[in-house]
Amino acid sequence: MTEYSSLEARLYASIALVRRAEEVISEIYPSDKIKSPVHLAIGQEYIAAAVIDHLRETDYAAGTYRGHGVYLAKGGDLNSMMAELYGKKTGCAQGRAGSMHLVEASKGVIGMSAVVGTGIPVAVGHALAIKQQRRNDVVVAFMGDGSTEEGCFSESINFAALHKLPILFVVENNRLAIHEPLYKRWAADTLTERIATYGIPATRFLEPNVLAIHEHVGKVIDDMRSGAGPAFIECHTHRWYEHVGPCEDYDQGYRSLEEGEQWRAKDVYVALGQSLDAKEKAQIDQDVEARIQAAVEFAEQSPFPAPEELYNYVYA
Amino acid sequence: MSTPNTSRLLKYFDALREGAEQAMDADSSVFMMGLDIDDHRGIQGSTKGLVEKFGPERVFTTPLSEDAMTGVAIGAAMAGQRPIHVHIRMDFLMLCMNQLVNIAAKSHYMYGGTVQVPLVIRTMIGKSWGQGAQHSQGLHSMFAHVPGMKVVAPSNAYDAKGLTMQAVRDNNPVLIMEHRLLYGTEAYVPEEPYTVEFGKARVLREGNDITIVGVSNMVMEAMRAAELLAEQGIEAEVIDPVTISPLDFDTIEASVAKTGKLLVVDNAWLNCGFSAEIVARVAESENISVKPAVKRMGFAPTTCPTTPSLEDAFYPNPKTIAITAYQLASGKQDWVPADDQCQLAYQTQFKGPF
Repeated sequence: MTEYSSLEARLYASIALVRRAEEVISEIYPSDKIKSPVHLAIGQEYIAAAVIDHLRETDYAAGTYRGHGVYLAKGGDLNSMMAELYGKKTGCAQGRAGSMHLVEASKGVIGMSAVVGTGIPVAVGHALAIKQQRRNDVVVAFMGDGSTEEGCFSESINFAALHKLPILFVVENNRLAIHEPLYKRWAADTLTERIATYGIPATRFLEPNVLAIHEHVGKVIDDMRSGAGPAFIECHTHRWYEHVGPCEDYDQGYRSLEEGEQWRAKDVYVALGQSLDAKEKAQIDQDVEARIQAAVEFAEQSPFPAPEELYNYVYA
Repeated sequence: MSTPNTSRLLKYFDALREGAEQAMDADSSVFMMGLDIDDHRGIQGSTKGLVEKFGPERVFTTPLSEDAMTGVAIGAAMAGQRPIHVHIRMDFLMLCMNQLVNIAAKSHYMYGGTVQVPLVIRTMIGKSWGQGAQHSQGLHSMFAHVPGMKVVAPSNAYDAKGLTMQAVRDNNPVLIMEHRLLYGTEAYVPEEPYTVEFGKARVLREGNDITIVGVSNMVMEAMRAAELLAEQGIEAEVIDPVTISPLDFDTIEASVAKTGKLLVVDNAWLNCGFSAEIVARVAESENISVKPAVKRMGFAPTTCPTTPSLEDAFYPNPKTIAITAYQLASGKQDWVPADDQCQLAYQTQFKGPF
């Protein structure tokens, strides 16, 4: 594992890998070599990077269909991810998952779901198993603001709080559900206050302050390992790209470029990069590019599954 | 496996409880959750005593959150536990549909064989005394439709225990469809642990004149009808598929090839259902040389009413099954069993041997 001179460098490397991998995916996408809908998290990568930095291999992370960042930060293999997007046999699910259902059980990446909110109780179930197995591992469940409108979100938080399960709920609130803005969906923009009424620590981050998020989560997860029970954070953020696909879509009229520019001016990827020693940054950038290039080549050169493999894995 | 000998009669609900208890004894990763499983009623006795024996960490009630609780059970199963999630009525599974269909059934496949969901769902169909629209549905066809799910339907106490023990050992999501009217029925049930194989139908009664396939409680009703038919000289072969998915079609096929007549009595509606699946497979069979005469029975194509006068007309019963089978087998319409005969048939209860 690469050693970095600072926390900032480590977080930058994690964010840079996701940012650049998704930019490359977006470049490849029009070629139709990637046979899967892609939901890019460009602009939001810092949240998963900051949170997952505190996790061990035996901990679990649950992402969503916008989950490249969670998968990579938790130790998922970039080659396997790229091959999965290409539909190749060497993919993390042998071409059965695509971009929306990334998984790496051996690294604690819980399989992701394309049905919004569905992964939340499944993550809570992993936390229940941890408790029953007397481990001091933890689970982090990432979700968008839309998923908090699903019934299973409230049901899950209630159950996790009731049983004091070791799980951190992380809402990446980009204030959009596909194209629908928050004000058309929420009666009150007080999610964090609402969750606090379950009797669990709940904290909101309005700004993309990656170091503040990192510090807070570190403390929360330490407490969780010693039995404190679940916690919740809400991070306001911004999705730079369209809901699904490789492009920006500010011209579509459902959100303003002005708002986007405010968030882009605070891009964590740029800010963290600028804070680093130039030589170390260049080294990280070079490593990232080399890994992505290698992953694309791996994906392109890997074989497709044979048709007769269709019937594999229906039952365990 | 061979059938263990036993002389002990046990009720269906006791057999369900004993199967779970022995599975929990054998494997500390097995736990049970579900609304009311730890209360004084213990799901009509089928979970009674388990919390006292295994403690509240392994036997616990849940909030009324069927959707999330199903996801929790799935997640725990993925992480190495073996949950048994209990629902007192099958109708409540509609609240679990997303998790069962989109996650439980699909995970092993969708995640390339890297994730297993050894989950057991116990669920009970209600019938009679005005159970009505939302306490009476047999929804096995909906679940059996989905690859990755297994669906089993114990019609007797022996299978109730053996299928429970096999379901817990299985590494896939398994739905156990129980029936309230079977809870009080008795059969010979061995005291030692045993399993009932999935995908193996049981011929409960041999006969050459007609094949009757029953599902769940309708197995019992078909056996009663077979008694009435025997008095008319018609020997029905009664088959219990035991497991809906996987389905042992070979046993049904061999029987239909022999009798040339098939009556399927499902504990559900007919439209797009399990009975249609069996008939379709019979139609496709290359081993049934002569086109058989076929009939299906099941719930009336209505919502289940509560008043007895309508409810009685909603379900097949030994009398209507016997009449239908008689007409199919003999080609004649000259017999209707007398009500006092039917009353006697209602006392019939198949207790084994299995």
